[in-house]
Amino acid sequence: MSAFSAAFLPTLVRRERASLAATLLAPPVALAVATVLNLGLYVLMGRDPPAVLYAMLLEPFLSWASFSEVLLKTGPLLLIAQGLAIGFRAKVFNIGAEGQFILGAIFASSIPVWFPQATGQWIWPMMLLLGAVGGALWASITAFWRVRLNANEILVSLMLSLVAAQFLNYLLLGPWKDPNGFNFPQSVMFQYDAMVPVLISGTRVNVSLLLTIALSIAAWIFMQKSFVGYKLQVGGLAPRAAGYAGFNQGWAIWLSLLIGGCAAGLAGAAEVAGPLGQLQRSISSGYGYAAIIVAYLGGLHPIGIVISALFMAILYIGGDNAMVSANLPIAAVRVFQGSLLLAYLIAVAFVRYRLAWRRTAYRSQP
Amino acid sequence: MSAIEFILAGMLAAATPYLLAALGELVVERAGVLNLGVEGLMALGAVLAFIVVYHGGGHLLGFVAAGLGSAVLSLVFAVVTLGFRANQVAAGLAIGILGQGLSALFGKTYESLTIRGLPKLAFPWLSEIPVIGGLFIQDVVVWLSLAAAFAIWAMFAYTKVGLVIRAIGENPKAAHAIGYSVITVRFAAIAFGGAMAGFAGAYAAVVYTPLWADGMIAGRGWIAIALVVFGTWLTGRIFLGACLFGAVSLMGLAAQATGLDLPSQLLASLPYLVTIIVLGIISADRRLLKLNGVASLGEPFER
Repeated sequence: MSAFSAAFLPTLVRRERASLAATLLAPPVALAVATVLNLGLYVLMGRDPPAVLYAMLLEPFLSWASFSEVLLKTGPLLLIAQGLAIGFRAKVFNIGAEGQFILGAIFASSIPVWFPQATGQWIWPMMLLLGAVGGALWASITAFWRVRLNANEILVSLMLSLVAAQFLNYLLLGPWKDPNGFNFPQSVMFQYDAMVPVLISGTRVNVSLLLTIALSIAAWIFMQKSFVGYKLQVGGLAPRAAGYAGFNQGWAIWLSLLIGGCAAGLAGAAEVAGPLGQLQRSISSGYGYAAIIVAYLGGLHPIGIVISALFMAILYIGGDNAMVSANLPIAAVRVFQGSLLLAYLIAVAFVRYRLAWRRTAYRSQP
Repeated sequence: MSAIEFILAGMLAAATPYLLAALGELVVERAGVLNLGVEGLMALGAVLAFIVVYHGGGHLLGFVAAGLGSAVLSLVFAVVTLGFRANQVAAGLAIGILGQGLSALFGKTYESLTIRGLPKLAFPWLSEIPVIGGLFIQDVVVWLSLAAAFAIWAMFAYTKVGLVIRAIGENPKAAHAIGYSVITVRFAAIAFGGAMAGFAGAYAAVVYTPLWADGMIAGRGWIAIALVVFGTWLTGRIFLGACLFGAVSLMGLAAQATGLDLPSQLLASLPYLVTIIVLGIISADRRLLKLNGVASLGEPFER
């Protein structure tokens, strides 16, 4: 096979400097490739590609009502992805945002579940705060396991997500089940003051979107302008150099995981105190995992992530549309997400490499 | 039947999906590649095997379809990480999401359908020993998995192929310098790992619980990856770890049978909690991991 590849396949040659054009082109090219591949799959499944394309990528823009739903979905994806990207840049792979999101939602729900009669404008801000604390506490288990016990954070954070999902089920089927809820696995409906105020009247878009945008700007300042953010990035790019410079790796891991946990927990709180208004089983629809793709697709850059979160939200709403109008199973969204990330990882190789059809610098070994 | 007898009799079958997937991942990681897509590869294998068996293709063909399908998906991972030198963590996650998505897509019309499993084969005499006799009554795939574990142990211990794989995982540049094709060996290892994950998924879906439900792999692919760490990249220890998880996954049932009133969600999270705890204990011994670990794990190879 190596003889074959040496003769017929081009090789990757490292560029002298990273290509800015390739950086900017990689996400749209990946999107185009993934779209074509998935449309091919829909043809194989006997669906009508134009109808799917229309429902998925155009319909979300055609009415204010559906576009406001896109904005609503953008919130949690954007918030989680901003937090994760900070860790990914420091090479701390927290893939347990799903669990941190769930714990944030649970912590936030504790106020309306335990004090359903409480009133006052302090309730929803307090819930958001509790959500961030819950997410950070859940992430701190991973941080402790990684820093003190040297355990792989990928595996620990993922296992904790599976545990969190079971814990949520336990609460909703047991102590936190709404006694007047006809045995559905959900909590009581939250009181008015436990809901984040609506931002745009007539839609479900609420004030937490403003908070998310503010935190995105904060993430940009933190990563691009602050010394702490710089230390984190150096730790990811050149761990040894960071060590010689006296940047503490354990500290970087704690900080990355706590930031990621806070952001995911806050997103979970905003979800139950926003569009849902109660704690349910299906609070997340996979935001924690989708946000990983959002973070990479945005080039792990705070501004890129804003665009990719908006796009991922369109895909979610479009997938719902396509399920109704083109009879497409909702699992198609996951297939699209996976293939999109793979296409992006290929496209982004051309930032640092270029293709060479004939070998100039090397001779293959005999 | 006492709880101990129950666990001993069912342990090996419950361990088989973990064992098969972890053996595949062991070979991949020994070659220096970290494939985090095992969960998705298992999910794809599971649905392919279920569809084949449901339509009367038989178990053998079901396993073949699962192995081939998951191997093909794992080759996509190989092209992205070896061909385009992409980040192995991100590519593995993408394969995981894609595999689970494809599994849900293909399995949609088969939800809650059942098929027939495989008959158990009993060793004469051994199976009649009290208490431990149940260990010797297993289906054919369990026996084959044990043989596969033995073969992989022997390959790494005694054969040149095993030595080449290990050399490439330890020091790819040196292995390349003495004439071995790092990329080719890694391609083959990834395809093997994919096929093994496919078999593992197939076993879960058409033998262990012959019923289709979306998400039935339920984290077993991730636990298989953790098992490779638990076993410190040694085949024998991975086998013991798989047995431990087989026993843990039965403990919930055994506890319920003895009338212990624990929430079912706690029992369902038991394997995940045990993974977290054992991972902490094993990893805390940094020397052990360094001694047995694979030096180039997760790093792209570039001449």
